[in-house]
Amino acid sequence: MRHLLDTKHLSRAEAIRILDVAEDMADTQQREVKKLPALRGKTVVNLFFEDSTRTRISFEAAAKRLSADVINFSAKGSSVSKGESLQDTAQTLQAMAADAVVIRHAASGAPRTLATSGWISAGVVNAGDGTHEHPTQALLDAYTMRKRRHGAGSRGRDLEGMRVTIVGDILHSRVARSNVWLLQTLGAEVTLVAPPTLVPQDVSDWPVQVGFDLDAAVAEAPDAIMMLRIQLERMNAAFFPSEREYARTWGLTTDRLAALPDDTIVMHPGPMNRGLEIASEAADSARSTVLEQVTNGVSVRMAVLYLLLSGSNENED
Amino acid sequence: MSARTVLHAADIHRALTRISHEILESNKGPDGLVILGIPTRGVTLAHRVAALLTEISGTPIPVGALDVTMYRDDLHRHPTRAPHPTEMPPGGIDGKTVVLVDDVLFSGRTIRAALDALGDVGRPSVVRLATLVDRGHRELPIRPDFVGKNLPSSREERVNVRLDETDGTDEVTIGS
Repeated sequence: MRHLLDTKHLSRAEAIRILDVAEDMADTQQREVKKLPALRGKTVVNLFFEDSTRTRISFEAAAKRLSADVINFSAKGSSVSKGESLQDTAQTLQAMAADAVVIRHAASGAPRTLATSGWISAGVVNAGDGTHEHPTQALLDAYTMRKRRHGAGSRGRDLEGMRVTIVGDILHSRVARSNVWLLQTLGAEVTLVAPPTLVPQDVSDWPVQVGFDLDAAVAEAPDAIMMLRIQLERMNAAFFPSEREYARTWGLTTDRLAALPDDTIVMHPGPMNRGLEIASEAADSARSTVLEQVTNGVSVRMAVLYLLLSGSNENED
Repeated sequence: MSARTVLHAADIHRALTRISHEILESNKGPDGLVILGIPTRGVTLAHRVAALLTEISGTPIPVGALDVTMYRDDLHRHPTRAPHPTEMPPGGIDGKTVVLVDDVLFSGRTIRAALDALGDVGRPSVVRLATLVDRGHRELPIRPDFVGKNLPSSREERVNVRLDETDGTDEVTIGS
């Protein structure tokens, strides 16, 4: 694996390989000494053009647990705010001999540009680009579902037959897009539920069912329900009348939680708007995997960095 | 591509039985023994040795697996290797006598990696090394304590261990 740019082009075998290596990484995180020497001497740059705390520290923890050196670069207060272009930033990193670049950017496709431009030779990991994809989030979600479904026997398995409902702002959500492609590759059935204003204009070529009624979706008893964050910073038009109305119609309320089967897992990529898309009772219930997702995120990102950086590039495709 | 069989199924069984007796002799009994195999075939051998030790001594001997992939010094020279699971027995390894089991001892680099990996899992009081085949050509100051067969070989030859559990047959072959 040279780069991880999206889940749409990830094959089933590649996806399962990442998830299986993540299992091994998770095992090492139970030990007293959590640090592994696998990426000693490698440099990972976290290149964050958008604000992010969770994803950045998750990548930072993952890289450090593998003994890589980590350089954090955030656009605020950096040369980017002085008007430096992506190309110049990238070439600066190349001159500092970065081995991998983890990039988050507001423009969809920025990671691909970085990976294919020839500006740098480092491996590129997409940590969220515009409204395109956020592949490691989808991988950690799939890992979490697989772990809940198959437990210790997860290695080598996919998500065949799992029914997953994704609820909320599909329009702006790169998490939803990455999940749609990955879940389809792993054999799960995906249903999207959202206000009509927050569904992308044309989803006819997406391998999903689309609904607008959350109560109907809950009545279908899905195996997992994933609540997306209402990204208030992106609510630049009247997508729904009020937060209160959104919470009542498309939020996972206490009543809806009670209507779900006991073994349905409740997922949220965080950070949560409690009381808006998810009620506190749902977020803190035993069915919620919110904190598991955070823990698994480190294991999955360790796996991605390991697969990207540990082998020799010459012998691979 | 001619390969010659140097150990047959019965030879392998005899060698493992002798190694098991030697382990019990040097440890003065079964107390505190933990057998750890190095994936993949070392794990299979470790389970066989542990079963033999249990049979001989009448005490259940804990057995596990120690993956060394992420501790190798040649990671960047080969295509990416997928790690294997590490499984520690319930009692752990602190203060125990750990016997590492591998199929073929060659450069010694795998064992160096194993010693590093072991240090991150716990602190055994003694670490020993058992190997089914010692083919020489050590690149590090590492020496096995229990050897199934010393097999003089040239660097270019390939020593292949096949085991019933993974390959459907028990044999050790050497060939060019």
